[in-house]
Amino acid sequence: MTRFLKFMQSAPWSARFGMFVIAVYVFVAFFVPVLAPFGETELVGSSYQGWDSTYWLGTDSLGRDMFTRILYGARNTIGIAFVTTCLAFLLGGLLGFMSATLGGWVDQLLGRFVDVIMAIPSLIFALLLLTIFGTSVPVLIIIIAVLDSTRVYRLARAVGMNITVMEYVEAAKLRGEGLWWIIRREILPNAMPPMVAEFGLRFCFVFLFISALSFLGLGIKPPIADWGSMVKENAALISYGDITPLLPAGAIALLTVAVNFVVDWFLHKTSGLRDEH
Amino acid sequence: MNAILTMIAQRLALGVLTLFIVSLIIFFSVSLMPGDYAEAILGQAALPDTVRAFREQLGLDQPAYVRYFQWLGGVFTGDLGTSFSSERAVTELIGARFGNTMFLAAYAALIAVPLALVLGVLAALYRNSFYDRTVNVVTLTTISSPEFFLAYVLIMFFSVGLWNGSEMIMGGFFPPIANVSDDVGFWERVYRTTLPAVTMTLVIVAHMMRMTRASIINLLASPYIEMANLKGLTKSRIVFKHALPNALAPIINVIAVNMAYLIVGVVLIEVVFVYPGLGGLLVDSVSKRDIPVVQGSCLVFAAVYILLNLTADVLSIISNPRLLHPR
Repeated sequence: MTRFLKFMQSAPWSARFGMFVIAVYVFVAFFVPVLAPFGETELVGSSYQGWDSTYWLGTDSLGRDMFTRILYGARNTIGIAFVTTCLAFLLGGLLGFMSATLGGWVDQLLGRFVDVIMAIPSLIFALLLLTIFGTSVPVLIIIIAVLDSTRVYRLARAVGMNITVMEYVEAAKLRGEGLWWIIRREILPNAMPPMVAEFGLRFCFVFLFISALSFLGLGIKPPIADWGSMVKENAALISYGDITPLLPAGAIALLTVAVNFVVDWFLHKTSGLRDEH
Repeated sequence: MNAILTMIAQRLALGVLTLFIVSLIIFFSVSLMPGDYAEAILGQAALPDTVRAFREQLGLDQPAYVRYFQWLGGVFTGDLGTSFSSERAVTELIGARFGNTMFLAAYAALIAVPLALVLGVLAALYRNSFYDRTVNVVTLTTISSPEFFLAYVLIMFFSVGLWNGSEMIMGGFFPPIANVSDDVGFWERVYRTTLPAVTMTLVIVAHMMRMTRASIINLLASPYIEMANLKGLTKSRIVFKHALPNALAPIINVIAVNMAYLIVGVVLIEVVFVYPGLGGLLVDSVSKRDIPVVQGSCLVFAAVYILLNLTADVLSIISNPRLLHPR
């Protein structure tokens, strides 16, 4: 515990700020029903009311409380992005480590497949797939997870390649350990630091991607409170010089900046690069 | 020299192959659609006869591979079918908007590329200075922000203005909507698309500038630069005369990759600014499930993207001094 505290104290101000912001977001996401003054989809007033003491940030086009919906957005938007990233890592990481360990035709086949998927811009590919499968949350999660797992695959394979040539992996193979055992007990622990950093970056990417789709009206749809679609719903207010629609977008930006700060520091730490001594 | 030509020919062949596979994916992914294509368009309540007639009209009674080759043939002869929702030819819809998208992308690139190079070289020159740190934080922020956030912030400050309770402050410099039609003159068009172009610039300058900085700093660590240093050359001479020519290959690569990103990123920006480009058309068609238009515009986007990545590949081969002067 003291070592952990010491480690935290060594963090620069940007990383501390990042961790603080992430902690606040996670706290809000967990305790939103207690924190929010109204219900997520509750119609509480007339449409587009200004900021006052009851409706802290005014109301939206249907008369729902903006502040409440921003709080709920933390749960929905971050939750969906997090699940998607986990799925992408499960898929991409597993296949990547498998490619690295097995080599041969499995590696070739998966590699070429990933090349083709990555040749199509992911936003365009996602739009095509959403046209075909329709836009619902589970479909959205699966499509983005699959598209994003190609990038995870590349990294997992590259990292795994460096580990599979080690003597201890060879020893495990000679002992007759199975593929799953080798991946879980030998490769995964050694591949952890770059994969964790990548998780942060991929989360940012997925989070921005889902927000963009929701903003286009093709991602998470109302009445679910989501930051991307909230910007779209209330964009009309901008032409009156009202900054309220920008707050959900700002919330997205703040979280991604925070995660980036932390990842930056983490990469710096784990790659052994240190400016200060 | 021959080695280079072979490598370029290989890359080109690979590019053509990729395009072919991508066209296969774009065409056949539609057949993954749950249920029948015609039923999906006409709705569940349609009479069986209507569905059959519609299927024949679309040519759906033929096997998929025949339809694929018909579609592919159409791609080369400029016939991508007819839009479901507007009854107009897909090529006509795409053609009108493709030019607009290219205009916006080129405009953004013209601002972004020189700016990124200058900022990147300066950041590498004055490494760890106040300027370098500031640029680092600012670019990290613009990379992390959603494009539509940057777009709306720019709209607020430069076009609509802010409401401070009693009056509007700022604003009024540029129109909030990039509304261009064919009769708009060139300079008027430039003026109206300034805000979208600046938004795109903010996004891609960050990437390009960071890569420029990184590749120059990387080079500055190499022995021949140390030699130049020991000879007592000035810092600017070392960077411009010794480091920059060798850093050109990675920088050109980054520029081409970012151009590819630009073409795709334009989708969101076009929607925010209601700009009549290909991205706006694609998003509209996705929400209407107008499949021929979606297929057509996806193909155009994918082709441009692949071409630009191919250009990046070829340019980085050509600008590699080790390949240009083989021993």
